[in-house]
Amino acid sequence: MNESAYLWLIPLFPFLGFLLNGILGSRLPRRLVSAIGVLAPLASLALVLSDFGATVISAASNCHGCGQVTALALPAAESLSYPWLAIGALRVDFTFVLDQLSAVMLLVIMGVGFLIHVYSVGYMKDEPGYARYFSFLNLFLFFMSVLVLAGNFLLMFVGWEGVGLASYLLIGFWFQKNSAADAGKKAFIVNRIGDFGFLIGIFLVLSTFGTLSFADIAVKLALAPGWQGMVLTVICICLLVGAAGKSAQLPLYIWLPDAMEGPTPVSALIHAATMVTAGVYMIARTHLLFDRAPVALWTVAIVGAATALFAATIALVQNDIKRVLAYSTISQLGYMFLACGVAAYSAAIFHLVMHAFFKALLFLAAGSVIHAMGGEQDLRKMGGLRTKLPVTFWTMTAAVFAIAGFPPFAGFFSKDAILYAAFLDGTGGKLLWFVSLVTALLTSFYMFRLWYLTFMGEPRSETSHHHATPLSMLVPLVILAVLSVCGGWIGLDRFSAYLAPAAAAHRPMPEGNPGLEFILSIAAVLVALEGWLIADKYYRRKTERPAQLAAALPTGYKILSNKYYVDEIYGAVIVKPLLAFSQYVLGWVVDTAILGGLAWLLAGVASLTGMILQRWQSGNLRSYAAWLAAGAAAVLLFLLLTGSPHAWSLPFFHSETIFKVSHITVIQTGQAGH
Amino acid sequence: MSFLQHDVPLSWYLLLSAVLFSLGVVGFLIKRNLITVFMSIELMLNAVNLSFVTFAYQWHEVRGQIFVFFVMMVAAAEAAVGLAIIIAVFRARSTLAVDRIDLMKL
Repeated sequence: MNESAYLWLIPLFPFLGFLLNGILGSRLPRRLVSAIGVLAPLASLALVLSDFGATVISAASNCHGCGQVTALALPAAESLSYPWLAIGALRVDFTFVLDQLSAVMLLVIMGVGFLIHVYSVGYMKDEPGYARYFSFLNLFLFFMSVLVLAGNFLLMFVGWEGVGLASYLLIGFWFQKNSAADAGKKAFIVNRIGDFGFLIGIFLVLSTFGTLSFADIAVKLALAPGWQGMVLTVICICLLVGAAGKSAQLPLYIWLPDAMEGPTPVSALIHAATMVTAGVYMIARTHLLFDRAPVALWTVAIVGAATALFAATIALVQNDIKRVLAYSTISQLGYMFLACGVAAYSAAIFHLVMHAFFKALLFLAAGSVIHAMGGEQDLRKMGGLRTKLPVTFWTMTAAVFAIAGFPPFAGFFSKDAILYAAFLDGTGGKLLWFVSLVTALLTSFYMFRLWYLTFMGEPRSETSHHHATPLSMLVPLVILAVLSVCGGWIGLDRFSAYLAPAAAAHRPMPEGNPGLEFILSIAAVLVALEGWLIADKYYRRKTERPAQLAAALPTGYKILSNKYYVDEIYGAVIVKPLLAFSQYVLGWVVDTAILGGLAWLLAGVASLTGMILQRWQSGNLRSYAAWLAAGAAAVLLFLLLTGSPHAWSLPFFHSETIFKVSHITVIQTGQAGH
Repeated sequence: MSFLQHDVPLSWYLLLSAVLFSLGVVGFLIKRNLITVFMSIELMLNAVNLSFVTFAYQWHEVRGQIFVFFVMMVAAAEAAVGLAIIIAVFRARSTLAVDRIDLMKL
C-alpha cells in the first residue's frame, strides 16, 4: 500500500464548495457561485485523473501478473488512514482507499458530475435558490466520494447516508411544491428501509469478522478458503437489501420515479448516473463476501433480472418523458445487478460507467427539451422538435442508440457483456439471459417510442415560448454524446484487466468461447432492431395503432400505466396499517394517555407544591425576618443539643489551638498580673 | 486596665451583649416603622461587636478586634445604602410602614 497524503483532498474540494456556497452563497454574485460550484468537482476530477494515470501505468507494467492475482485482493493503489474509533476491541480507522474500482467510480462521479454542474449553470439560471442548489450538488459529490473512497463499512455507511441526505434535499429542492416535498420524504424513507438491512449486515460482519475494514475481511476470507456458511449468506442478503434500497431494485424501487420531482440535472446526476449506482458499487466492493455465498449471489441475479423486466414493462406506457427515463434507469440498474449476480463484477461496473454516460445524456437532453417546451413534460404534447433543437436531437439520438444496444455505441458493449455472462452461468443463467433479452427488446421499443414522440412527426401543442438553449447546456450534451458513442470502445477485456485486482471474482468462472459471444451479440442486436421497428411502426407509420391496442387490451394497459398498482398495494398493505397503528396505538394510547398522563401528573405535583410554598413568598419583610430568626434559632438549638466542641469548629477558628493558646496566654497574663 | 478583669466578670459583658441582641431581634420583628427596624439591625450589630471585643480582651486576641472594625465598616456602608433606600421608598410610597411595603419593588 502506498500512503498518500492528498487523498483526502478529493472529497475536500466539493465539501469546501458546499460550505462556501451554503454559507455565503446567497450574498455572492451568481458568477462566483457557479465558479465555486463548477470548480470543486473539476479540482477533484483533476486529482483523480492524475492518480488514475499513475495506476493505469502501473497496471500496464504489472499486467503480466494479472492472471495470478492472489486471493488477498484489494491491492490498494493509495490509502490514507487515521484512527477514528477505538471502542473496546473494535477499532475503526478513517481510511480512504483509492484502488482501481474506486478510481473508476470517482472518474464517473467527478467527470459526469462536473458536466452536469456545467449544464446546471444554464439550466438553473433563473432559480431563486441558485446557491442552495449548487451547495447541495457539491454536498452530494462530497458524500459520494466518501462512499466510494471508504476503506471500511462504517465510513462507507457515512457516505451512504450522506448521499441519501443530499438526494432528499435535492428532490425536495422545490419544497414549496407539495409533490416535491413528498417525493423527497418518500425517497428518504424507502432508503431508510434499505439502510436498515445494510446496518444489520454491517453488524453481522462485525460480529463474524471482528473488523469492518474491507482489507482485513479479505485477509480473513483468504485464510479460510473453504468457508461458505449460512452467516455469509445472511450477511450478503442484508447487504443486498441495502443495495436494493439505494439502487432502486425490487421491491424498494418505488422512490426513484417520484424522485423526478427534483430539477432535471439532479435526476441526471443522482438518480441516473451516480447515487443509484452505489448499490452496484457496494456489491462489487464486497464481492469477496458474495463470492462465498452462492445463494445470495443467485438472489442478486434474480432481483436484477426481475427488476429489469418489471421496470421495462412499466416504461412502455408512461407519458412523462422523465418517468420513462426513470423506469429505464431502474431497468438498467437491474442489468447491473444481474451482472453482479452472475459474478461478472467487471461487466457490471462497465455497464455502470456506460450507463452513466448515456443516461446522464438522456436526462440532460430531456432537460433541454423540457426547458425548450417551457416546463412541459408530457410526451403526448411534444413532437417535431427535431428541427427546433438540432443539437439536443442528435445527442439524444446517440444516447437512444446507446441504451438500445446498437453497435458501435457504448451500451452495446456493456449490455452484451452482461447478456453473455448471464448465458454462461449454468442452466438458470439461460433463463436470466432470456429475461434480459426480452428486456432489451422492451428497452429498445420504449426508447424509440420516446424518441419518435419527442422529435418526430408534427408538433402536438402550441409552444409559444421556445427558449434558446444556452451554450453551457449544449457543451455537456456534446461531450456526453461523444462518450456515449465511443465509451464502449475501451472494450470489456481491457476494462476488466484494469479492474481485475479489485473486482475479479474469486470463484470458478465458466469458460466462454468467442463464437458463442458473437452469436449472442447478433441476437441482442436483432432484438434491439426489432424493438426499433415496432416503435417505428406504432409511432411513425401507424400512429393510431397504440390507442387501438390500448383499447383492445384495457386491463393490461391499465395495469401498466398504473405501474402494477405497486404504490397502491404498498399503501394498503404497509403504509395504512402503519399509519393506523401510529395514530391509534402510538398516538392515542402511548403518547396521549401514557406519556401525556405522566406529564400532567408531574405538572400537577409541581403546581400543587408551588401553591403551598408560595405562601412563604409573601413579600412581607417581617415574615421573612421571623423565618430568618426561627431558622437561626433552630441552628443554634441543634448545635447546643449535639454540642461537642468539634461541632463548633470551623477551619478558620481551630478551636483546640485557640483553646491552648488562650490557656497559655491566660496563665502568662495571670503571672504578669501577680 | 486590669480592673475590668477583676471587677466586672466576663459573663456580664456577654449577658449585656445577649440582651442588646435580643432587643434588636425583637425590635426588628415587632416594629412597623422602617427606620426603627433599621436601628434594630444596628443594635444587633453592636451587640455582636461587644461580645467580640469582650472575647478579644479576655483571650488577648487581636482578631476579635479586627472583626469589630470590619463590622463597623459594613454597618457604615449599610447605613448609607439603607437610608438611601428608605428615602426612595418614602418618596414613592409616602409611608414607611413595613407591612405595607410588601411588593418587593417600588
